Amino acid sequence: METLTYRFENGNRRLPKPAEVVGVVSSGNLEVLIEPAPLDGACSIEIKTAAVGFGATWQAVMRDFHERWQLTDARIAINDMGATPAVVSLRLDQAAETMLGGPA
Amino acid sequence: MSSYLEATARERLQRLFDAGSVEEFLPPAARVVSPHLGQLNAPVAFDDGVAVGRALLDGLPVYAAAQEGGFMGGAVGEVHGAKLVGLLRRAVVEKANAVVLLLETGGVRLHEANAGLIAVSEVMRAVLDARAAGIPVVALVGGSNGCFGGMGIVARCTNAVVMSEEGRLAMSGPEVIETAAGVEEFDARDRALVWRTTGGKHRYLMGDCQAIVADSIAAFRQGAIDAIAACRGEPVELTLEALEQEQAMLAERIARFGGLADPLEVWAAMGVVQPAAIPMMEADVFAEAARCHRLGGR
Amino acid sequence: MNAPGRTWNTLQANRDERLARARAVLGDALDGKALPAARIADLLYKALECGDRVCLEGNNQKQADFLGQALAALDPARINGLHMLQSVLALPEHLDVFERGIASKLDFSFSGPQAGRVAKLVASGQLHIGAIHTYLELFSRYFVDLTPRVSLIAAEAADRKGNLYTGPNTEDTPAIVEATAFKNGIVIVQVNRIVDALPRVDVPGDWVDFVVQSPEPYYIEPLFTRDPALISEIQVLMAMMAIKGIYAEYQVERLNHGIGFDTAAIELLLPTYAASLGLKGKIGRHWALNPHPALIPAIEAGFVESVYSFGSELGMEDYIRARPDVFFVGPDGSMRSNRAMCQAAGHYACDMFIGSTLQIDLQGNSSTATLGRIAGFGGAPNMGADARGRRHASPAWLKAGREARAGSNAIPRGQKLVVQIVETFREHMQPAFVDKLDAWELAEQAGMQIPPVMIYGDDVTHILTEEGIANLLLCRGEEEREQAIRGVAGYTPVGMGRDKRMVENLRDRGVIRRAEDLGIDKRLATRDLLAAKNMKDLVRASGGLYDPPKRFRNW
Repeated sequence: METLTYRFENGNRRLPKPAEVVGVVSSGNLEVLIEPAPLDGACSIEIKTAAVGFGATWQAVMRDFHERWQLTDARIAINDMGATPAVVSLRLDQAAETMLGGPA
Repeated sequence: MSSYLEATARERLQRLFDAGSVEEFLPPAARVVSPHLGQLNAPVAFDDGVAVGRALLDGLPVYAAAQEGGFMGGAVGEVHGAKLVGLLRRAVVEKANAVVLLLETGGVRLHEANAGLIAVSEVMRAVLDARAAGIPVVALVGGSNGCFGGMGIVARCTNAVVMSEEGRLAMSGPEVIETAAGVEEFDARDRALVWRTTGGKHRYLMGDCQAIVADSIAAFRQGAIDAIAACRGEPVELTLEALEQEQAMLAERIARFGGLADPLEVWAAMGVVQPAAIPMMEADVFAEAARCHRLGGR
Repeated sequence: MNAPGRTWNTLQANRDERLARARAVLGDALDGKALPAARIADLLYKALECGDRVCLEGNNQKQADFLGQALAALDPARINGLHMLQSVLALPEHLDVFERGIASKLDFSFSGPQAGRVAKLVASGQLHIGAIHTYLELFSRYFVDLTPRVSLIAAEAADRKGNLYTGPNTEDTPAIVEATAFKNGIVIVQVNRIVDALPRVDVPGDWVDFVVQSPEPYYIEPLFTRDPALISEIQVLMAMMAIKGIYAEYQVERLNHGIGFDTAAIELLLPTYAASLGLKGKIGRHWALNPHPALIPAIEAGFVESVYSFGSELGMEDYIRARPDVFFVGPDGSMRSNRAMCQAAGHYACDMFIGSTLQIDLQGNSSTATLGRIAGFGGAPNMGADARGRRHASPAWLKAGREARAGSNAIPRGQKLVVQIVETFREHMQPAFVDKLDAWELAEQAGMQIPPVMIYGDDVTHILTEEGIANLLLCRGEEEREQAIRGVAGYTPVGMGRDKRMVENLRDRGVIRRAEDLGIDKRLATRDLLAAKNMKDLVRASGGLYDPPKRFRNW
């Protein structure tokens, strides 16, 4: 298992609801827990993943996610069981949409 | 989406019970995860694979749990089991109208060894305690992983089991039976045989489940409503009489069918016309055809 | 002047000698053309000669397994040096003949399940590959420089005169028998039954020399069945993009699908997503395709007007019989397939091929070659190639040709759409996009003259991934092509190496189109969009006519 953390600044979309969870920790899949949190405006993402050594890929996926959604004071926690970047991006978008009710 | 089989545990809860009525205890945000899996370098789930809480079922407040088959096959670990036990105990304290268990599980989570075994046995006890306190407990079995192992026993300790034909209910898994007794006894790769033996239709005919429904969340919802309603006017707790009736049914099963090798033969012996047609029948047509042949009063 | 002293009928004379020898050794056991299964070795020893070119039906699906086993059981001291001509190496005995020294040379098309063993036998020197071909290419050589001397084929049934019924799984048989029979070769057939009257005659008895009823019916592999339960959301999204971004865009009426879950998802989206876009009657009307069970809902919904098949598919027989307006069915009511003709149909009469692959490089070359396995090609290169000999026009062909030639002085011509549909990452996070195909290393490993490429980059017109569609027809120059590919290669190292500005520019020009650009709401990309979500749904859609093989049923 590997734990990766990312922190993004300068977002502007607040999360209006309490926590939501999307996805399931099954093979090739992941669960995404998204909730508002007082983080001085940052969006923090913590990933616990069974696929070790893909830090650079996760970094790019998270960076693009932040570029799409620009969340602020948001905490995202992920339990991942070997999902491809396509599935990760899909779940992240689903999580944000569930919170914000519509695409970026 | 209407398929019960394809839905996640949380989707089943949200769509089966009255819209917006689900109140989850210890939700994922509480992050009450397994204390054991980390040591084994295995991923955890924020809810340890089960969602428990309170909801309205056609206006009736009930307690509910839904196991997530996708996470470790729905297997019961320490936290998972504690959530189920806690739910059942709280149901007793709060004098709930009913507890609805959406079961999808391989049984004990072997990774957690003794903690998992103890958890499942505590769930059994908690179900029987809830019944003893007059609270009906209903099990719904319709996920792709079926309901196996110690949780298969739990299901049969409830007041009623509602299944779809896609659901499976047993104790030992097919591979275990094949390993222990040989492939001639049971070929685990023969999926049609596995479903014929442990699937909802055979269970319904054998009296191991009390209702068979189509694979839709709406059908399971109605099944749960009907099962709870049927518990009224009957003793909810385990009675000696009910146990003796069950014992008699099991003895009858062995006497009539013990020598037969395949459920098709059993159905023929039961007097079912065209047993080979049963697997393709839709649930409602099957239920109608099976009604007069099935074992068990309930 | 006539060449003095040269004999011109050596093949005929040799054939007569073999037949005489064989008849002599079989004696009374030979009843017309039929011999008992127990005597097959005796026949083979007399009908074969060392060094013969022998064609064995290892088709894609149908296997002359009894004859293949008999061949592999011969004494290599008596029969050796055979040159095998075979479409597919599917069964262990197909390699046993090499390991045992009965055969030494091979010309083939595909080896899927045996690819690892082929590689090993090549490495050990026990198997020399002449060449790897596409199916139609191999059949073509049967009529030029690789004519079989003896062919071992499989048929459903024979009558007392040796006429054959090959039925739905006719597959490669006509091409093989024609080449063999008309060059004085010997045709030996294993049949499931010998009957008085055949449902219809697929091969005339004049072309057949020996008939043996095998103890078991010949083996058929169900290769074209895909369980809808295994289709993922990502595959649904890509299928939506394919339908809206390519099928609708080019009005693709005539096509071939390479087998896979990606294309199965497209087939299952026709009655739902494509219908919602008003595309019924406009796309997917005529197919060069095996009878995919996943196509049943689209047929029932009225999308599909005709399907011509390379072979059949187990379990589909009754459904096909009940839909003779759609499938190619004989007067007896059962289908006839023909791989050679269907390959030609896919090459010349279809406007699009779409299929998946394992690896794509920066020029768009596409390969399924992996190290340690010599798998070959099958029919894909034939379908996935521009048909430069084609002359008749269609809207899709003209549009693709215009896009390819826009801004150049070249004389107008059309082009076939060749689409590669692939997720950017495969299992175990293996990238599908690479700088250098494994095919290069495999070529070196196996002593091939050139790397084995399934589809060449200059034939590929579109690459479709979960990130979008790259239209290579609109690319001008190597650099644009490379960036277009990088622009849909997602988070693979190839994708991450993109020039962001160039990719944005390509997107502005419509060379790269993402789901949003196509007006696709990704939230609709769920399994709910599939017209059938599991095998039982397919059976229901067929009105109970489709009977899936056991391995696909859980009832």
